[in-house]
Amino acid sequence: MEQQPAQPGVAAGGPTGTAAGPQPAPRPARKRESWLERLQNSHNGLGLVFMLPTGVLLLLFLSYPLGLGVWLGFTDAKIGRSGVFVGLENYIFLAGDSVAQLALFNTMFYTIVASILKFMLGLWLALLLNRSVRNTTFLRAVVLLPWIVPTALSAIAFWWIYDAQFSIISWVLTELGFIDRYVDFLGDPWNARFSTIAANVWRGIPFVAISLLAGLQTISPALYEAAAIDGATPWQRFWHITLPLLTPIIAVVMTFSVLFTFTDFQLIYVLTRGGPLNATHLMATLSFQRAISGGALGEGAALAIAMVPFLLAAILFSYFGLQRRAWQQGGDK
Amino acid sequence: MSAKTDNDSGGMAFLDTRLNRWVTVYIPMGLFLFVLLFPFYWMTITAFKPDAELLSREGNPFWVINPTLAHFNKLLFETDYPIWLLNTMFVSVVATAVSLVAAVLAAYAIERLRFQGAKVSGLAIFLAYLIPPSILFIPLAIVLQYLGLFNTRWALIFTYPTFLIPFCTWLLMGYFRTIPFELEECALIDGASRWEILIKIILPLAVPGLISAGIFAFTLSWNEFIYALTFVSDSEIKTVPVAVVTELVEGDVYHWGPLMAGALLGSLPVAIFYSFFVEYYVSGMTGAVKE
Repeated sequence: MEQQPAQPGVAAGGPTGTAAGPQPAPRPARKRESWLERLQNSHNGLGLVFMLPTGVLLLLFLSYPLGLGVWLGFTDAKIGRSGVFVGLENYIFLAGDSVAQLALFNTMFYTIVASILKFMLGLWLALLLNRSVRNTTFLRAVVLLPWIVPTALSAIAFWWIYDAQFSIISWVLTELGFIDRYVDFLGDPWNARFSTIAANVWRGIPFVAISLLAGLQTISPALYEAAAIDGATPWQRFWHITLPLLTPIIAVVMTFSVLFTFTDFQLIYVLTRGGPLNATHLMATLSFQRAISGGALGEGAALAIAMVPFLLAAILFSYFGLQRRAWQQGGDK
Repeated sequence: MSAKTDNDSGGMAFLDTRLNRWVTVYIPMGLFLFVLLFPFYWMTITAFKPDAELLSREGNPFWVINPTLAHFNKLLFETDYPIWLLNTMFVSVVATAVSLVAAVLAAYAIERLRFQGAKVSGLAIFLAYLIPPSILFIPLAIVLQYLGLFNTRWALIFTYPTFLIPFCTWLLMGYFRTIPFELEECALIDGASRWEILIKIILPLAVPGLISAGIFAFTLSWNEFIYALTFVSDSEIKTVPVAVVTELVEGDVYHWGPLMAGALLGSLPVAIFYSFFVEYYVSGMTGAVKE
């Protein structure tokens, strides 16, 4: 930070400084190089050139589609027909549509239950990893596997685990004598909701655990020793040292986790396609069904855009989490 | 005493008794590992089971009695699976390479050139990372249709950078920040151009960051689903995750053997690739969260 004011001066001085050395020789070439040289000394010009690939790709394939999506939400576009402006018609229709209402409920339920479970189990796993620690490297690698492997493919494994006739879970429960009929994991609305949540939690725990473990490792052991000398119980140490120091990272990690869970698509698409009786339809899967399978682009886009307010809420949450961190550490970053 | 050598991070392990440690650490840890790894075990064992064993409730389902390669045989020689693997590889490698180049330039510009609007660009890139694919896929499909890229591999290669570039840029900005300014100042005084500084000084020092970003981008592209599902419909240009879900499932009869073999083979490349660079992956992930 301190060096920054000196930077432009040096940047401007550098190339001209060397040009002063072998002055007479490169004279003829000078004119041809001048615009390039000027570009190299101009922070704005060079910055623009360096930002060009990123800027073009993101504007064309991110910003423009985002705007187009908002516009589509106000039109009655179908596949193959560009559609006309219809105002809030799509949103009014969706607000009264029982399937869309159910999808909103499902999405909230899915996000809230899965996020709470991911947080609690992830924090527990992080604490265990932080304590057990022979071979953390190996353990971390193994724990992260569910997060690395393509979700669509692990979802297929869950599909097989949840199979109505050959489910291994049902087999074990029957052998142990807990149940006498195989559980219909994906055929019953509430079973299906909890089964998909379980698969989502399975996939999300590693991310939460490994990120929180990184946070745990930055907490100085001296604090725990001091607390132990003062007679704090393990629970008090967790509650008064670990948790407050971990809060900023928890805020960020959980924001990302909520963001991914709220907009989840592939797990549901593979396991249930929204069924049974739309009981597991999330807003993203319903949006896909309406827009791509059903051809109602405008309606699908409106459903997708309806997720934005929730995402904004999550981002604001993250922002204030970061603010709090900066404040805690007494620095400006 | 042995407990003390077990634990080098807390320094308080001497308070634990051995029994206590089993109950509070090892048993829960074992349960976690069992649950997290069981689907992979189940996937593997199913892929090697002959159909007769798969569809019977007799015997112990946790083990294979007569392992068979029939499912892999069917997958590799009777379906387009090898082509799907090549597609996924091609799309992931090209998208990762494009994103890395763009991200290096952008991160360097934002972090070191400090042009007007660098701060705003940095923030915009962070926000771009927070926009999920599930709200973009409908309008993106229209944009791709308009550009004539729909139902080609290029549709994926051009759209994957929308989530890869923001992540890689954000990660590399953090790495570039740790490289001392003095190195660049010396090089500038010695007459190096910005381009030379980037290639000869910054990039060699940022190799760990580049590896982190690269492996992250590669796994993200390999795992991508919703874009690949929406933008590509011909079987011979599908990627593995989409093709296994859409092409291997026929009607109501599920061929669990080939399905699991397909899931296993599709997971292996990314798992092996990742296992070589675990530390970079973890540092990338935790670094990005902590920034």
